[in-house]
Amino acid sequence: MALAVVVLARTRNLFAVVVLSGLYSFLMATVLLALDAVDVAMTEAAVGAGVSTVLLLGALHLCKSEEAKPAHRPWLPLALASVTALVLIYGAMGLPDFADPQAPIHQHVVPRYLQNEVDVPNVVTAVLASFRGYDTLGETTVVFTAGAGIIALLRRPGRRARVEEAPPCADLLLRLIGKLLIPFVLLFALYVQFHGDYGPGGGFQAGVIFASGIVFYALIFGVENARRVMPDRLVERMIAAGVLLYLGVGVAGLLLGGNFLDYFVLDPDPVHGQHRGIFWVEVGVLITVCGVMLKIFYMFASRGRGEERG
Amino acid sequence: MIEHFSYIVTVFLMVAGLYVVIARGNLIKKLVGLSIFQTSVYLLYIAPGKLIGGTAPILAPQYGIYSNPLPHVLILTAIVVGIATLALGLALAVRIREVYGTIEEDEILALDHQVEAAQEPRGEQREEKGA
Amino acid sequence: MSLSAQLPALQVVLPLLSAPLAVLLRRGWLAFAVVTAAAWAAFAIAIGLWLQVDALPSNGVISYHIGSWAPPWGIEYRIDRLTSFVLVLVSGMAALVLPYSRASIAREIPQESHYLFYAMLGLCLAGLLGITITGDAFNVFVFLEISSLSAYVLIALGRDRRALAASYRYLIMGSIGATFIVIGIGFLYLMTGTLNLADMAARIGAIESSRPVLAALAFLTVGISLKLALFPLHQWLPNAYTYAPSAVTAFLAATATKVSVYVLIRFYFSVFGDSLVFHKLPLPQLMLWLSLLALFAASFIAIFQDNLKRLFAYSSVGQIGYITLGLSFDSVNGLTASIVHLFNHGIAKAAIFLLIGALVVGIARPGAAPPAPTFDRLAGLARRMPLTSFGIVIAGLSLIGVPGTAGFISKWYLVLAALEKGQLWLVGAILLSSLLAVAYVWRFVEAAYFQAPPPGRELKREAPLSLLIPAWVLVLASVWFGLDTSLTLGSAVEVAEGLVRHRP
Repeated sequence: MALAVVVLARTRNLFAVVVLSGLYSFLMATVLLALDAVDVAMTEAAVGAGVSTVLLLGALHLCKSEEAKPAHRPWLPLALASVTALVLIYGAMGLPDFADPQAPIHQHVVPRYLQNEVDVPNVVTAVLASFRGYDTLGETTVVFTAGAGIIALLRRPGRRARVEEAPPCADLLLRLIGKLLIPFVLLFALYVQFHGDYGPGGGFQAGVIFASGIVFYALIFGVENARRVMPDRLVERMIAAGVLLYLGVGVAGLLLGGNFLDYFVLDPDPVHGQHRGIFWVEVGVLITVCGVMLKIFYMFASRGRGEERG
Repeated sequence: MIEHFSYIVTVFLMVAGLYVVIARGNLIKKLVGLSIFQTSVYLLYIAPGKLIGGTAPILAPQYGIYSNPLPHVLILTAIVVGIATLALGLALAVRIREVYGTIEEDEILALDHQVEAAQEPRGEQREEKGA
Repeated sequence: MSLSAQLPALQVVLPLLSAPLAVLLRRGWLAFAVVTAAAWAAFAIAIGLWLQVDALPSNGVISYHIGSWAPPWGIEYRIDRLTSFVLVLVSGMAALVLPYSRASIAREIPQESHYLFYAMLGLCLAGLLGITITGDAFNVFVFLEISSLSAYVLIALGRDRRALAASYRYLIMGSIGATFIVIGIGFLYLMTGTLNLADMAARIGAIESSRPVLAALAFLTVGISLKLALFPLHQWLPNAYTYAPSAVTAFLAATATKVSVYVLIRFYFSVFGDSLVFHKLPLPQLMLWLSLLALFAASFIAIFQDNLKRLFAYSSVGQIGYITLGLSFDSVNGLTASIVHLFNHGIAKAAIFLLIGALVVGIARPGAAPPAPTFDRLAGLARRMPLTSFGIVIAGLSLIGVPGTAGFISKWYLVLAALEKGQLWLVGAILLSSLLAVAYVWRFVEAAYFQAPPPGRELKREAPLSLLIPAWVLVLASVWFGLDTSLTLGSAVEVAEGLVRHRP
C-alpha cells in the first residue's frame, strides 16, 4: 500500500495516478476487512475503489491527462509534511497498545451498544441509524449538498439542443449479458439494503450499487435510453426526496410526542418502533445516494459530448 | 514498537497524502492526494478498535468478543463525506478546465495575473464608453 | 411534549428542511420564500432559546437528547449562554441576508440556478447552526462539512471565473483543515473513549498532559485555525470573499469564521480546560504573535488593494487577529473582548459587504452585470449614492474602533486585558493597528467624498431599498451596540467568567 502511494506521488501520468489510487483503496478495503470492519471495508471498496475511480476517470476525460512538471521546489511542503508526521508520531506513541482490551474506547460507551437494545444484530447499523442517527442525517445532507452543488456548478446555461446520440453499443452478446445481469445487480442492491440489519450493508452501499446498475445500463444501451428510464427531473427529485424522508422520520418522532429522530414512539412497541425508524431512514439514504450518483453520471456524460476534448 | 506498527503505517500514508496535496500543482492530482490523506485517517480510527480474537460487530450467539463498532460508524460517515468532497472538487476542476483551459495551478495563477494587469486600461475604456 | 422543549431540534431542522424543499419546488421565488421563512423561524427560535437560557440559573445548560438516547451514547445538543449568543448572531445574519439576496443575486447568478442558491444558503445556515448547537465532537465535523461544502458552491457561483479558482483553493484548504480536526478528535476519542464533549471534558482531567492529548490539541488548533483564517493560514479567504456573490460574502464573513472561533473556544476552554492549553504549551505566546502579525500584515496589505471588496477581505483577516489576540490573554477581560468582537466585527463587516453589494448594483450600467468595485469606479460616489457611502463610513468607523461604535467596546476590553498583564507595548500595538484601519477606511472616504465624479455620473442613483434596508439595519446595530452594551457585553462577561473560572 505504501509502495502504491510512493509511486503515485512520483508519477505524472494522471491515468496511472487514478489507477494507483484505485488500487490503494482496494488494498485499504482489504486491511479494513482484516480489522473486522466489514461495513467500512464494503463501503471503501464500493466508494474508494469504485465510485471515486469512475469519477476521477470521468473528470480526466474532460480534462487533460498529463501533469505538468512541478515548478516549485518541494522543500516547503516537505517540511510541513514532516512536522505533521512528527506531531503524529509524538501523539501516537502515547496511544493505548494495538488490540488492548483495556483501552478507554473498549471500556466506555461501547458496552451498551453491544447489548443490542434495538434488536438489530448488526451493531454498526444500529449505532449508525439509531444511536447516532443524527450524524447519519448529517452525512446524507452532505451527499445532498454535493449533489445539488454539482448541479449548480455544471448546469449549462439555457436548455441545450439535444446532442446527437452516439449509437448504443451494438454488440448483441453484450446487450444480452447486460439484460441478464442488470436485474440481478438491482436485486443485489435491494438485498444489501434490507439485509443491512443482519449483515454488512445499508442504505449507502445499496444506493451506490443500485446507481451502478443503472450506469451499467446506460453504458450498454446509451445514456439517452437510461434517461428515459430515469429522467433527469426524477433523479433531481430523488436527491431531495431522500433527505426529506429522513427528516420526515425525525419530525414524525417529534409529532408523536418524542424527541427529534425518536424511533421509540413510532410504534406502540418501542423495539418495533426502532426497526421501523431504521428501515425508513435507510430508504431515505438509498434514495438520496442513488439520485446523486446518477445525477453526477448524467452531468459528466453530457459534458463529454458536444465539446472538444483536451 | 511492534504494538505501534499500525500507527506508523497510518502516519506514513497520511503524510504522503498531505505532501501530494500541498506540493503538487495539478488540480486533479491534488484531489487524489487529499483523498489518500483522508483515507489514511480511517486507519487511525479503525485499527485501535480491533480486539485480538474479536469478530466483526454482528451479534450472534456463538461469539463473545466483538471489535469496536463505534469507529466503524464514524468512518462510514467520514468516507461518505470524503467522496462528497471529492466529487465537488472534481466538478470544480472540470469547470476550471472549461474556463481557464488548464488544470495546473501555476498556469491559472499566471492567467489571473495577466487579467489583473490588463484590467486597469480596460476599466477606463469601459468608463469612456459608458459616458 | 410542548413546543418549547423541542426548540433546540427545530433550530437546526427547519433550515435543514428548507433546502430539499427548495430543490423540489424548483421555482426561484418559491425556494426564496421557503428558505427565508426558515431563516426567520430559526431567528425566532434562537431568541426563544436565549430567553430559555436566561430563565435558567447562572451558567445553566439546556440539554436535548436526539432520538431520546442519553449522552454519551446518543448525540446531545447543549445550549449555554455562549451557544445561544452565537445562534442568535448566525440566524439573525441569515434572516437579514436572505431578503437582501433576492435583488442582489438577480444580476449575479443565472435565473435557473436561483433555487439552488437558496438551497445552498439554507444548508450553510443549517450547518453553521448545527456546529454551534451540538455537544458531540464528531457531529461538529459532520455539520462543519455541510456548511463548508455549501460555502464552496456558493463562492463558486460568483460571476468572475476567479471565483472558481478561489472556491477550489478554499475546498482544498478547508478539507485539510477538516481532516486535521478529525485527526484531533480521533486522538481524543482514543484516549477518552467518548465523543460527547462534556463527557470528554470530565474524563480528560486525569490524562491531560499525555502525549496524544497534546497532539490532539495541536491538530485541532491547526485545523480550526485553517477554517477561521488565522494569519499564515488565511490564503483562501481574500479571493473567496472577493469573487463570491455579494450576499454570500456578507453572510460568510459574518458567520463562518465566527463559528470556527466558537468551536476553538469550546475546545480550548470547555474540553481541554484552560490549565492545559495555557500552561503546558507555548500556545498563548504563539497565538499572540500570530495575531499581531495578522493585525499588521493583513491590515497593511489591505491598504494597497485596488478592489474595495478585496480590501475589506484582508481587513477581515486582520480583525480576526483581534479575536485570537483576546483568546491568547487567557483572562476574563481577554475572552470578553474576543466574544464581543466576534459579534461586533460580524455585524460591521456584514454591513460593509452588503453595502458593497448595493454599490456595485448602483455603479452598473442598467441591465448589465455589476462590475468589480475598483477604486477608479468609486470616484465621487457619495454624490451618486449618499446612503450607501455613508453606511460604509459608519461601519468602517466601527472597524477602526471609534468611541460610540461597537468596535470601540471590543478594543477597550482588549486594552484592559493588556494593561492587566502589564504589557504596555501591546496597548501601543493595538492603537497602532487601529491607525492602519483608519488608513484603509480613509481610502474609501477619499475616493467617494473628495474626488470628482466622472462626467455623466453626477446624478443621484441610489440602490434599491431591498438592498439598503438590511444593510442599514446592521449599520445602525453597530452604532446601537456601541452605545448600549448591556446585551453584548453583559452576556460576554458572563460567558467569560463561566469559562475561565473553572480553573483548578
